[in-house]
Amino acid sequence: MSINATPTGADVTAEETTRSTGRHATVPTQRAGRRKPPLSENRKAERKLGWLLCAPAALVMVAVTAYPIIYSVWLSLQRFDLRFPDEREFIGLENYVTVLSNEFWWTAFGVTMLITVVTVAVELVLGMGLAVIMHRTLVGRGIVRTAALIPYGIVTVVAAFSWRYAWTPGTGYLANLFSEGAPLTERASSLAIIMLAEIWKTTPFMALLLMAGLALVPEDLLKAASTDGATAWQRFTKVMLPVMKPAILVALLFRTLDAFRVFDNIFVLTAGGNETSSVSMLAYNNLIRGLNLGIGSTMSVLIFVTVAIIAFVFVKLFGTAAPGSDDGERR
Amino acid sequence: MATGTETTTRARVRWGLLDLLVVVFALVPVLWIASLSFKTPGTLTDGNFIPREWTLDNYRTIFDTDQFVRALINSIGIALIATLVAVVLGAMAAYAISRLDFPGKGLLVGVSLLIAMFPQVSLVSPLFEIERQLGLFDTWPGLILPYITFALPLAIYTLSAFFKQIPWDLEKAAKMDGATQGQAFRRVIAPLAAPGLFTTAILVFIFCWNDFLFAITLTSTERARTVPVALSFFTGESQFEDPTGAICAAAVVITVPIILFVLFFQRRIVSGLTSGAVKG
Repeated sequence: MSINATPTGADVTAEETTRSTGRHATVPTQRAGRRKPPLSENRKAERKLGWLLCAPAALVMVAVTAYPIIYSVWLSLQRFDLRFPDEREFIGLENYVTVLSNEFWWTAFGVTMLITVVTVAVELVLGMGLAVIMHRTLVGRGIVRTAALIPYGIVTVVAAFSWRYAWTPGTGYLANLFSEGAPLTERASSLAIIMLAEIWKTTPFMALLLMAGLALVPEDLLKAASTDGATAWQRFTKVMLPVMKPAILVALLFRTLDAFRVFDNIFVLTAGGNETSSVSMLAYNNLIRGLNLGIGSTMSVLIFVTVAIIAFVFVKLFGTAAPGSDDGERR
Repeated sequence: MATGTETTTRARVRWGLLDLLVVVFALVPVLWIASLSFKTPGTLTDGNFIPREWTLDNYRTIFDTDQFVRALINSIGIALIATLVAVVLGAMAAYAISRLDFPGKGLLVGVSLLIAMFPQVSLVSPLFEIERQLGLFDTWPGLILPYITFALPLAIYTLSAFFKQIPWDLEKAAKMDGATQGQAFRRVIAPLAAPGLFTTAILVFIFCWNDFLFAITLTSTERARTVPVALSFFTGESQFEDPTGAICAAAVVITVPIILFVLFFQRRIVSGLTSGAVKG
């Protein structure tokens, strides 16, 4: 993808300038001595060192992601059920037909989409509020930030168990307060609880990303707007939001893709019962419970393609705001 | 604005209330599971937020079972090794990205960005099969490898943000003052880089500690099963039929390190997450 092409180019030049000026300041003679031909040799060494330092990281990342993805495309074109290994054969796109004409797939897809859209929307609003509180509060800033980091850091499975027991009739403080019956045995209430758990867990992350953008809003500008008689809401929409736009888009992109992978909460809360499976849950069930590598891989590929489409649409729609375009101006 | 002090007091109260709301919202689920872990079997299902009778039996039970202790050792070992490797590899790459000029730099940044957005479940089926063939299935390395992979983008981004803030000219200054390359690195650069490395290590550790999807798909026995997975398999065979108390106690145990990190390194974690993620 070409997301980073331009910004990184700009980055390099900007950095080169600062670095050479730095060199200039401290060792001017050496700099002058290294003029034309030696410089290129120097650059060659720099290149080599750069590649050498990056090689291990690049190698691991590619080996563990690119190769398996290609392999899973290959697997997805086969009938491959580990319970009947003898029946393994190449069947072309048959698995895709099977999955895409299966209602469970589309139910799971709908559930995943619903969870993604609702949680990200709610988190954007709550996260913005939390970001403002963490950034501007007059008292107890440290306490708020510490508290907000707890949902971010806590193991998702642990949080999910907490919610599960909270909504278990008899045991739970929430179940006794709010409902008759067992909310985790009905579809609508189950989905609502899954979303609640997701929102609780990931709002702080959203808020932290937004806070990074909030820190960029110049204080003077807010004061000026205030003096000119802008209300708090106007200051928010007319001054803060435009400055924060890149940060908001990055936060949205990351959280959307992250929300689409929802798995842990559903696994613990409902185990996918009552049609609350997400696509990740379904892929897991086909692989580990069903031991069907062909179908499992087909779902893997489909999920990968969906995520790629979402990322592509985001980048296309919002263009330059893609993450990574920040590198140059990092103070 | 004659009543300046009064408005600030009122503002302080208002912010204070908002703070309180956030703190309650963040803490209630954690306190709830802690409360359950201290309840006696008799009061476990009374629905009270605060235990009526306190006990440490649940903790005794889990530390007496092999299942949990094994999983805890696995969790700690796997997360520590993965963190160490990811931070070392990430630091090398981040140094190159922030200090050197070489073609392919943009590509590396792009690839790590793509991996940060990668749907991990897409790797589950192929990795399952590949690791079975290579004999990595249900082993420590079998989990460490994917953890390193998905931690690397985080490490690279956070570390290059930190490295860009280091005044590298100090190194040259030290050398001009007669320090050797090694001394300049040890005495000047390493102390400056250490906080960034440490912060990154915390973030990466939290990520590895948290994982459930890889841990549940790429393990099948106690050999490599981590605590989050063991939790979901607790059936209470070795104790009372209801595993709730044991699950909650185990959950609290693996939450303790997170709470400690957050309490002691709040500033670092916040700066690491915000600087690594976005700047303008």
